[in-house]
Amino acid sequence: MQIQAEVRDARGRTIAPGARVRSGDVEGRVRHVEPEYGVVTIVLEGRAGKGERMVRVSAVEVLEEAPHPAEHEAHADSFIRKYVFSLDHKVIGIQYLFTSLFMALVGGTLAMLIRMQVGWPGTKWGLAAALFPGGFAGGQMKPDFYLAVVTMHGTIMIFFVLTTVLSGGFGNFLIPLQIGARDMAFPWLNMMSYWLLVPAIVVLLTSFFVTGGAAGGGWTAYPPLSAIPHAGPGSGFGQTLWLIALAILIVALLFGSLNYITTILQMRTRGMSMMRLPLTVWGLFITAILMLLSFPVLFAAAIMLLFDRLGGTSFFIPAGVYVGGQVLTHAGGNPLLWQHLFWFLGHPEVYVLILPAMGMVSDIMASEGRKPVFGYTFMVGSIAAIGILSFLVWAHHMYTSGMHPLVAMAFMTTTLAIAVPSAIKTFNWLATLWQARIRFSPQMLFAIGFVSLFVTGGITGIFLAQPPVDVVMHDTYFVVAHFHFVMASAALFGVFAGIYHWFPKMFGRTMNARLGKIHFWLTFVGIYATFFPMHFAGFAGMMRRIYSTQIYAHLQGVGPLNTFISLAAFGLGAAQLLFIYNFLVSLRRGPKAERNPWRATTLEWTAPSPPPHGNFETEPVVYRWAYDYSVPGAAEDFIPQTAPVARAASGVSAPGSGGS
Amino acid sequence: MPATPTLREPRVRLGGAGAGVPPSDADGGDGRRGPWSDGSGAGHAASAATIGMWLFVGAVVLLFASFTSTLVVRRAEADWRLGPMPSLLWVNTAVLVASSLALEWARGRGRRGDLRRLGTGLAGATALGVVFLTGQWTAWRQLLAGGVSLATGPHSAFFYLLTGTHALHVAGGIAALAYAVWRVRHAARVQAAAGVAPARAPGVVAPVAIYWHFVDVLWWYVLVVLFV
Repeated sequence: MQIQAEVRDARGRTIAPGARVRSGDVEGRVRHVEPEYGVVTIVLEGRAGKGERMVRVSAVEVLEEAPHPAEHEAHADSFIRKYVFSLDHKVIGIQYLFTSLFMALVGGTLAMLIRMQVGWPGTKWGLAAALFPGGFAGGQMKPDFYLAVVTMHGTIMIFFVLTTVLSGGFGNFLIPLQIGARDMAFPWLNMMSYWLLVPAIVVLLTSFFVTGGAAGGGWTAYPPLSAIPHAGPGSGFGQTLWLIALAILIVALLFGSLNYITTILQMRTRGMSMMRLPLTVWGLFITAILMLLSFPVLFAAAIMLLFDRLGGTSFFIPAGVYVGGQVLTHAGGNPLLWQHLFWFLGHPEVYVLILPAMGMVSDIMASEGRKPVFGYTFMVGSIAAIGILSFLVWAHHMYTSGMHPLVAMAFMTTTLAIAVPSAIKTFNWLATLWQARIRFSPQMLFAIGFVSLFVTGGITGIFLAQPPVDVVMHDTYFVVAHFHFVMASAALFGVFAGIYHWFPKMFGRTMNARLGKIHFWLTFVGIYATFFPMHFAGFAGMMRRIYSTQIYAHLQGVGPLNTFISLAAFGLGAAQLLFIYNFLVSLRRGPKAERNPWRATTLEWTAPSPPPHGNFETEPVVYRWAYDYSVPGAAEDFIPQTAPVARAASGVSAPGSGGS
Repeated sequence: MPATPTLREPRVRLGGAGAGVPPSDADGGDGRRGPWSDGSGAGHAASAATIGMWLFVGAVVLLFASFTSTLVVRRAEADWRLGPMPSLLWVNTAVLVASSLALEWARGRGRRGDLRRLGTGLAGATALGVVFLTGQWTAWRQLLAGGVSLATGPHSAFFYLLTGTHALHVAGGIAALAYAVWRVRHAARVQAAAGVAPARAPGVVAPVAIYWHFVDVLWWYVLVVLFV
């Protein structure tokens, strides 16, 4: 149930359902309180007779408080209300987390299929052919199945794993807890957000089983290939379902971002000014604004593309397109328009993936390094600057589309400008680590790994921002390497760091640190071994979605390199089994976690692990920023945000206490 | 009737205070009240919904801005021909404007504490919204009968795309208005039963009004980009 605001009588006793109250000459039990109208409905008892009566709050005197004044949901304990159609932000966050991890398994499996084909083109795979009979002809992967796998890998990983786990999972779970709220501003909208994600996923995965298979035009779905249903197997019904799934997901994300923004603006507890927010919340806040402003553009584009496919319009289809020797009746459309609209979403989207991870990494570094984040104000400012600039760079994905060189130059300038706030963040992280007393916990390792991957991928981003370089590198494996470092792997490291760090808060148990460290090293080495050689494949001219390196003479030489990449990718994939094992076993048998196992300062650690419905026992009051670690003269090496200034100075800060 | 203070009595505890800073704050925090907090806990539900509504309006503006940018590019092509405009659209426009006016009249009544007329006015605005949608449906039928369909040309494609998307948003607005009517009637009933003099409209009215006026303005915008 939704958390209701507490209403009290003149003596300060809580008026809540179940309380026995008197109002003038009537007496009874409260059935329901409406603070908005200042009215209480009571079920009459005793001499006053039978039935219900509405009385004014001001006239109510509580005789006996309800058994559990903090929990009004005694009547809503059913399994379905609590775990399925829950309005509780924590449950919704965990639903998003589990769903995204499931989709990560699907997307990861597709990645393994990609590497099977590219690593050993033309090989017959008995087992895979038995599992995916439609995708293999005589044991050999079919080209159209390969393209569908590539398309769905990108779509799933970007939209249905990283977007949903960071904003939907961590956003839902952490925002109210870190700002000291009992729930989101719109719990019902929040529930709808998750329950729109589920049909979106069902529609998307169904497309594998329709005639022609799943969409094959890449995650960018460029027309005319994606606009003409009979253009090829991957352009058929699967592409229609792809667009519908995206449209549903966009509505879900819109509901979520409305909720996150309003909650952060409106529901912060006393003392939590914007400049005291943990950086995690700042990252999620700017991300929500980016989603709100960029996803409607993709929605519009998806509707127009659906009209082109199904309604005979020509928004994106130019005149004179031949399919199978027949000229189409469409005329006048412009396929480049789709690219503009898509990338107006697409570039902010990569920051939708990286900004929450940046925020979480900052908080984890402070906690695990026992040091304040270096340059908090600049960290906030650079998140905002990256957010604004992300709307001004989209055409750097389109340098080869024939744009005027001056336009390309303008977009190069804005793109290079993003390097400035990114570098500010990087150096601030390094300064945070400088002389820190680092605990090399799994979450800290992943946080440091995040910085490494972000720098590696960011530097190739500077190469690609320059039109003369990009015209050569466009749509090669160099680009694949670039975005797998800077966006995919870095964001994934943020997710892993976040899971190891907040697992105790989510589930009340701790994950195994030794397995976590092994998982980190295997993943870290695995990612460099997999994606770094792709730069060289790109230099050699290997195209991004090429089915086989054996088609063109100039690619014959990159065969062994790709075999190596595939082996590394399999190792990387296998290492994730260790994480799944650790995650599942810790859920059931991990050591019980106390409130504040990492001795961190932010508000979520003052709540029980896991926090109950309503999060906090008492209203947390914030007196300080989120990074009072190793304060000189303090009794302990951290001071919670809830510790009043005078009390902390006298050395009696209360670790993990429930507020003031 | 003057507003009675009794309605403001319930103390909303958590989540309403925004960023008021406790008095013992001394570590260099900015000490100011958050810009979004109105300080009164009771007003909290309404203002959260209002902020949420403005954000939603922002998202819809971007949706139509995307359609517009496509239209601007598309109308530069050689095959762009302005299609016919059914004269019924002028009637529909008048109906939608009348609906907005009815809504504002109702809110004026509501501000004076007349919840009954507020409910009636909202119901009138809702009914006019339904009339508008019926009118749009009729206009589409007329155009189709005249041989202008989605695939006829780029102008007709944009005509159906923009008016259709707008109609879906109107339908959502009608649902929201109907919900507001229900809430207002409920509030009137509750307050009559408890003997409290009605002083304020339920919090849902303000955001619904924002949306409905937005949909009205959006319709003028659609007409302008399509036919000017």
